[in-house]
Amino acid sequence: MSYLEYTVKHVPTGLRKILHLNWPLTILLIAVSCVGFLMLYSVAGGTFTPWAEPQMKRFALGLSLMIAVGMVPIWMWRNLAGVAYLGTVVLLIGVELFGSVGMGAQRWIELGSFRLQPSELMKITLVMMLAAYYDWLPAKRTSRPIWVFIPIVMILVPTALVLKQPDLGTALLLMFAGGGLMFLAGVHWAYFAVVITAGIGLVTAVFQSRGTPWQLLKDYQFRRIDTFIDPSTDPLGAGYHITQSKIALGSGGWTGRGFMQGTQSRLNFLPEKHTDFIFTTLAEEFGFIGGFSLLGLYALIIIFCIAAAVINKDRFSSLLTLGIALNFFLFFAVNMSMVMGMAPVVGVPLPLVSYGGSAMLVLLLAFGLVQSAHVHRPR
Amino acid sequence: MRRSRAESDASQAKLSRRAALLGGVQLLFMGGLAARMNYLQVDQADQYLLLAEENRINIRLIPPTRGEIFDRNGVQLAQNVPSYRIVMVREEVGDVEEVMHRLAKVLRLDPEARDRAIAEVKAAERFLPVTVADNVSWDDLSRVSVNAPALPGVSPEVGLTRVYPRGSDFAHIVGRVGRVSQSDLDAQEIPDAVLRIPRFQIGRINVEAREEGLLRGVAGTKQVEVNATGRVMRELSRREGQSGADIQLTIDSKLQNYVQARLGNESAAVVIIDCENGDLVANASSPSYDPNLFIGGISSADYNPMLESKYRPLVNKTVQGTYPPGSTYKMVVAMAALEEGIIGPDETVYCPGHLEVGGRKFHCWKRAGHGWVDLENSLKQSCDVYYYDLALKVGIEKISEIAKRFGLGIRHDLPLSSVAAGLAPTKEWKATTRGADWVIGDTVNASIGQGFTLSSPLQLAVMTARMATNRMVTPRLIKSIDGIEQPSGGGEPLGMNENNLRKIRKGMHVVVNDRRGTGYRSRIIAEGMRMAGKTGTSQVRNITTAERARGVSRNEDLPWERRDHALFVAFAPSDKPRYAVSVLVEHGGGGSTAAAPIARDVLLQALYDGEPPLDAYPTADRGRIAAQQKELRDVQPQATIKGKDQA
Repeated sequence: MSYLEYTVKHVPTGLRKILHLNWPLTILLIAVSCVGFLMLYSVAGGTFTPWAEPQMKRFALGLSLMIAVGMVPIWMWRNLAGVAYLGTVVLLIGVELFGSVGMGAQRWIELGSFRLQPSELMKITLVMMLAAYYDWLPAKRTSRPIWVFIPIVMILVPTALVLKQPDLGTALLLMFAGGGLMFLAGVHWAYFAVVITAGIGLVTAVFQSRGTPWQLLKDYQFRRIDTFIDPSTDPLGAGYHITQSKIALGSGGWTGRGFMQGTQSRLNFLPEKHTDFIFTTLAEEFGFIGGFSLLGLYALIIIFCIAAAVINKDRFSSLLTLGIALNFFLFFAVNMSMVMGMAPVVGVPLPLVSYGGSAMLVLLLAFGLVQSAHVHRPR
Repeated sequence: MRRSRAESDASQAKLSRRAALLGGVQLLFMGGLAARMNYLQVDQADQYLLLAEENRINIRLIPPTRGEIFDRNGVQLAQNVPSYRIVMVREEVGDVEEVMHRLAKVLRLDPEARDRAIAEVKAAERFLPVTVADNVSWDDLSRVSVNAPALPGVSPEVGLTRVYPRGSDFAHIVGRVGRVSQSDLDAQEIPDAVLRIPRFQIGRINVEAREEGLLRGVAGTKQVEVNATGRVMRELSRREGQSGADIQLTIDSKLQNYVQARLGNESAAVVIIDCENGDLVANASSPSYDPNLFIGGISSADYNPMLESKYRPLVNKTVQGTYPPGSTYKMVVAMAALEEGIIGPDETVYCPGHLEVGGRKFHCWKRAGHGWVDLENSLKQSCDVYYYDLALKVGIEKISEIAKRFGLGIRHDLPLSSVAAGLAPTKEWKATTRGADWVIGDTVNASIGQGFTLSSPLQLAVMTARMATNRMVTPRLIKSIDGIEQPSGGGEPLGMNENNLRKIRKGMHVVVNDRRGTGYRSRIIAEGMRMAGKTGTSQVRNITTAERARGVSRNEDLPWERRDHALFVAFAPSDKPRYAVSVLVEHGGGGSTAAAPIARDVLLQALYDGEPPLDAYPTADRGRIAAQQKELRDVQPQATIKGKDQA
């Protein structure tokens, strides 16, 4: 069903929309962010500066933005999908040309004091674009090769640009999110079987390319993969992150070592303790119970999103909500796998908990779209 | 574009199905994450907790306080004094150059030292303290403290360093400490970890070195929490170490000071032993050196003269130096003959001035000869021929055996470096070490303490004490350790015939107290303080026939290195022996003139526990002695520091 086919009479208007926001979801987001503030306070050694306070301010800003986005009718956003997608691709090209270099990769554009990471934005606009595409595409054509080829191009263009930066983590996330959306939209099983087979082939190719002139990944990325496979080979060098992170997690035990008592993080054994590795601090200080609770909060967010998508009869809204939930899932799944030594260190933050402005703003913006879909769902 | 409701519903249903499927996969993955979390945090928790503790906990050593050394009256001979140094921590300083320039002005450092310090601070880890000035005076330290606001990251630190307040007088007893060298570490299979503490000091020689085990103590440990770069965040726990034991020596520092002063710059040695318990109350080797010079590392300008001096200040002549005992050995030969019953004390031997043995003429020191001499006279006049005759009758083996019972030719167990064993030769010794047969002439030479016979001044003092007491007096240098009295060296009975020994003592008494005795000029006239002794003059050369022909036999005509060693052994009071003494003056000439007066002075000093009254000396000597006493009072350090607490 599409908005072209039902009346909008029953959709709430004005400030009444606030009452119709997806409040359980909103409260869950606030709860997860509060966990983040607590951990940032702890890793700073019991002070709000330099991380907890700016993070709280940005969250307040992000939350207002989410509600504002949620007030805008979902069909407006659908109509903007194409523009947003193209705009972000242009920004990605801009990063390639004018971007600042940080951590060995070109990732952001300086906009005054604000750093814009177009690759973050891309995760959302890609989902919007694909949702709009499948909303428009008649269901019968979904699995026809030509109509499958188009979204693949939509996915691969930004993926290639992000990979060029190079940011392997984000590139993979874009592919997974795009692929997931195509799966949700009902593309035939066979395509996925082919892609997965090809993917395995590609991974093999990547490894084969090592040491040759056409090497597909940078050396540091290869090294990260090596140490992921066996971190013990280089405990003070490349494997240091994973080893120390596992020690922090493990030493937390069942109930943890207590708030602000985590020695691994407080004594700087943990790298990037306030960003990508913040989960280890949580797990060290609050133990299995703490880590599992956060995982539970994340699971609830996913469940509420899926539920909201299923009850929403608008195809664009459903796909968008599911796509954003999938993105969100990929964030924390990859991050947690990484810190628990199950995935390479690829530099993906823990959503809403890790310190970082643009990632959080973009995420809340995305949840604003979910709210908009929920508020303006056909009744 | 309109779509049929059925078509929409179908696609919506498919979407819901796939959403449920994807959601299921997601939840499954989260289950996997939870399982992994459970594995790491619950199943493997103990192992990882241990790893985390290892990460953060570092064990640091606390150096133990070295035991101090006192004399028998509690005068401090080796002490630990705080030494101040200025350290700088780079990360707290800010502008290193600016602060260092200010500090250099406060401490009046020369530009070279200042620039070196700047370089060192910059090279070190950000958080590690770097010593920028060492051995800072209290005044400079105060100035740094006053200027603290202008000197961020600069702080004073206190350490302990060894000081020998009595300087050179005890270098040959207490010894000295020094830095740990690589060879010290290599010498032990598992070196005590404390040795690796920077600036740690260990004993280098004498008591400091030989009693290192007692003095060092046990290092404490503290557990500190460190961060990933090794910086100390806080102290978690501390286990105090154990200070080294305090050692009290048997030496009387006042007497030791006197003896060293009395010897002056003469190359000489004096040992005074307490006959009752074997305590070494003085053990002086001259010239000496200041051990304090060695503590921070000695300069070659100070060290080379010590090495090159012909007076050998670095050698402890009392235990390291061995000399032919000369006539002081005659009592041993006499005792061997008496114990064997070969001669009676009143039996006489005729001395014509020489004795012909195996076709070779052995002269008596008195060319004219002594005529008929008995035991007492032979000692009194130190007749050589008498002992040639005795030795030939007794044989070298018996002489050697008796010598060893008197403590000669054996190594005494003292906590001093390089204690020499000396030599009381036997036929077997010569066969094994020289590969030659013992000849009769060797026995003749040995009978007057020449030839192969070698003794240290310590051994001669022990010999004298054993003769004086007929007990196995064993030298003792350590009186108590941490207040626990050590076994006395009074000794078991020596097992010699007391009547025979009494004859020997009588002989030694007349050496000093008979008008014709060789030591008469050094007698003591105070009643109950009389001295008994024996002179000795040991040749360091063979008088060549040419020299004899030219008549160059007077010591004074020879270069210093070729003059005779002067020896004197004595005990006093002669009727109730309290102290035994041996005196050696290297290349001093005759024992009666060079050594005996020293023996008298130091014995009187010991017996009176301070400066003796002039009427202990013969009337004729008093004027000279008074002048000497006045002179020595001026050079002796005044023993005003008494007791541990006041030091």
